[in-house]
Amino acid sequence: MSDTKKANVDHASGVKMETREVNVFYADNHAIKNVDLDILDRSVTALIGPSGCGKSTYLRALNRMNDTIYSARVEGRILLDGEDIYGSGVDPVEVRRRVGMVFQKSNPFPKSVFDNVAFGLQIGGEKDKDLIAERVEESLKGAALWDEVKDRLQASALGLSGGQQQRLCIARCLAVWPEVILMDEPASALDPIATAKIEELIRELREQYTIVIVTHSMQQAARVSDYTAFFYMGELIEYGATDRMFTRPARKRTEEYISGRFG
Amino acid sequence: MRTHTHQEFEAELRNLKDRLLAMGGRCEQMIGTAVRAFEDRDEALANEVMEADREMNEDERAVDDLAVRILALRQPVGRDLRFAVAAVKASTDLERIGDEAVNIAERAIEMTPADRLSPPGAKLPEMAKRAGAMLQEALNALVEEDPEKARGVFDQDDAVDDIYSEVLTMCLDYMKDDPARIADGMRICNCAKYLERIADHATNIAEMVVFLVEGVDVRHGHA
Repeated sequence: MSDTKKANVDHASGVKMETREVNVFYADNHAIKNVDLDILDRSVTALIGPSGCGKSTYLRALNRMNDTIYSARVEGRILLDGEDIYGSGVDPVEVRRRVGMVFQKSNPFPKSVFDNVAFGLQIGGEKDKDLIAERVEESLKGAALWDEVKDRLQASALGLSGGQQQRLCIARCLAVWPEVILMDEPASALDPIATAKIEELIRELREQYTIVIVTHSMQQAARVSDYTAFFYMGELIEYGATDRMFTRPARKRTEEYISGRFG
Repeated sequence: MRTHTHQEFEAELRNLKDRLLAMGGRCEQMIGTAVRAFEDRDEALANEVMEADREMNEDERAVDDLAVRILALRQPVGRDLRFAVAAVKASTDLERIGDEAVNIAERAIEMTPADRLSPPGAKLPEMAKRAGAMLQEALNALVEEDPEKARGVFDQDDAVDDIYSEVLTMCLDYMKDDPARIADGMRICNCAKYLERIADHATNIAEMVVFLVEGVDVRHGHA
């Protein structure tokens, strides 16, 4: 099976994150089983699979977000640039700075647009106001939101539309110079136009960042990702270049899932 | 393979396949009728072929419409996607087979009435039988989604090409012996060419079956 998972993946772009024999447990529930997967640098990797297949659990293991769940236990090795993020002496806050996360529901703070983006820098101890202002602008531009909010940076973020709020959360993530961005169904609550903007943004961000996205939309995975990993019942069933996965999946279960043949 | 969760989609795919196979069945009949029209110089049979071709053109449009509809509304992936693409291509091949049958029927009407077929003309029914069998085999491969059966069609194409060369040589001799035979000789040559093209279209359909099932493109000698 490992041959299938490795098939047709061009490693020329370099590996940003590696997971080796990763197992995740919630108390006695074995949620992720022996997942070996390479996440390639500056590319978009989509994690797909039916509800409960473990894709979000796996995503959350990539920046130690499961640490906050008392019963969760992660085994195996998860390497970021070759270094184990679960290693002793590794600061989980620093891991989450380097591996940022954007959630399904946008979650801006009840603060101004500016303060939302500046927040990460400020709690990180940054005092230089010019640098913060510059970084806020860069991040909002990076999240394709600057033109829409530049005249109301001091207005409440809660006054933005759903799609704008989600891009604000992406800007907030970008402000602290992340290397990897994890996205858990980032567009599932948005209308088609806001979704298209997020998808377009994902394609732009991959020039500079490594992106891993969980999505329930097969079409979205096909549109935005370079590589697709199919999870089923906690196992990684198949992994490969997205164009191959959606035209010639190697495994029957992948084919059945992506083509809507699941019972 | 399990059926789709969306039963309507499942029904659309089945409908697409049924329509393709119906086109295929019509093609087989048209080839048979056209060659009988040629053998018997039967104008009524030739007209039947032309009438069938009009329905064939409608079939092609219906298959393409359905496939485009599936592509647009269902956004198929994997095997379903390959099937929709293969259906569009196969419908073109089937429609062209219909056109070739019409060409044979037209030549049949133009032929000088004769008591019996000339030696090269007498080879045409055999060619038609082989080309028709290839088409039938390709359609069976499509019904059964059997790539091995489809590959069997490729091998038969060489035999048809050989008969075609043989007919051409025979036609040359036939025309050389008596220049008055040139017009009919050319018609026989053309009919042989039409049948050879029918075999090629049957081969294309068989190639689409391999693509549909295995996801590999075996056209133009690619393994």
